Amino acid sequence: MRLESILDLGKKKVAAATDELGFALAGVKDPAAYSAANFSASYGATQDVKFAKGTTTLAFKFDGGVIVSVDSRSTMGNYIASQTVKKVIEINPFLLGTMAGGAADCSFWERNLGTQCRMYELRNKKRVSVAAASKMLANTMYRYRGRGLSMGTMICGWDASGPKLYYVDDDGTRLEGDVFCVGSGSTYAYGVIDSHLRRDLTVDEAVDLGRRAIAGAAHRDAMSGGWNNLYHVTEDGWRFLGQSGR
Amino acid sequence: METTIGLVGKGFAIVAADRSAARSIVVFKQDEDKVLVLDKFKLLGSAGVAADSVAFTEYVQKNMALYEINSGLALSTRAASNFIRGELATALRRGPYQTNLLLGGYDAGDGASLYYIDYLASCNKVNFGCHGYASNFVLSILDREWKDGLTEEEGIEIIRKCIAELQVRFLVSLPKFTIKIVDHNGTRDLPQPVLAAA
Repeated sequence: MRLESILDLGKKKVAAATDELGFALAGVKDPAAYSAANFSASYGATQDVKFAKGTTTLAFKFDGGVIVSVDSRSTMGNYIASQTVKKVIEINPFLLGTMAGGAADCSFWERNLGTQCRMYELRNKKRVSVAAASKMLANTMYRYRGRGLSMGTMICGWDASGPKLYYVDDDGTRLEGDVFCVGSGSTYAYGVIDSHLRRDLTVDEAVDLGRRAIAGAAHRDAMSGGWNNLYHVTEDGWRFLGQSGR
Repeated sequence: METTIGLVGKGFAIVAADRSAARSIVVFKQDEDKVLVLDKFKLLGSAGVAADSVAFTEYVQKNMALYEINSGLALSTRAASNFIRGELATALRRGPYQTNLLLGGYDAGDGASLYYIDYLASCNKVNFGCHGYASNFVLSILDREWKDGLTEEEGIEIIRKCIAELQVRFLVSLPKFTIKIVDHNGTRDLPQPVLAAA
């Protein structure tokens, strides 16, 4: 098939898909201009949608495993775009990733990490370690460094060496640690976590601490809020503890 | 705010680095190890952008191991410094690795040595060296205190003085340091220095 006809076919497919899916647009004459004028969370010269800019996400290790706690607000400039965003990405039954920065970048690259982890399992007949998984994501970020990706994530899980927690961000930094808070509300969350975290917390106490830290951050940080999603990671994998809040 | 300090003494080299990992105004952790053990007789301390430092020092470590497997020969400290310098020079014209390094090593023939390498690919054999803001405080101490043929105890004491000065005068808090030494027995960790209260 000639190149032109392949490109033509591609264009037709895109047009067809847009027609079928055709998501709801603003009921104004020029939806694109309206969005550019009103949702002007600009990025570069043209208006790009940059969801989930302000965020509070946290994760910490204790004797009972790892607690992951996040808010659910998504803002575009001074506009609250959503109060029900899922900022914890379930990579596989033993791995969680959190979302801060650009929502599209986080969800795309953590989904991509999920595929890489599955390929590792199929090739090596064993589950990927959290260290290896986080390194794969950090390597991806390092490869695309300076190309405008926006991502601050915690990769949390349980592997042969026990509970594990890594911070990975868009410039390729990867850190292992016991406590991380990421996002615009992170400093407020650190304040709560650092003053109350002990290794010997019971699961209930730890869950409550995770919840209180997000509540504290949502109170002070205008760009954080909505609901609080909580996860607990043990040797049996992660468990969603539900939503609380407001 | 990354800091690395190094010096050579009689038959040994010490490389020290702060243990903070920070981004923006937040300190993420206080137990990051920025002094990589390259092989049994080489230490590589790094200061600079965290992602670049890790990516580059691990690249050097793995390529030196590969070279040894292929050729059956280990690089001397001098050879390693030239390899590192060459890699940084190549990278310099296509988006540099923003990492500044101190390479300390011990070789059977030549004894201990220390190389000061920066991201612009300069490479100098030195008696002592320091990277980062810390150099403003620390170089004068090293100029004053360093002498030929330092014993291990004297070397450690100078490093301790440098760290103590940073903790008194430097705005940024650097509570913990990694201190590693290399001599004819190989590399080993030294304990945190006991610092007098300021």
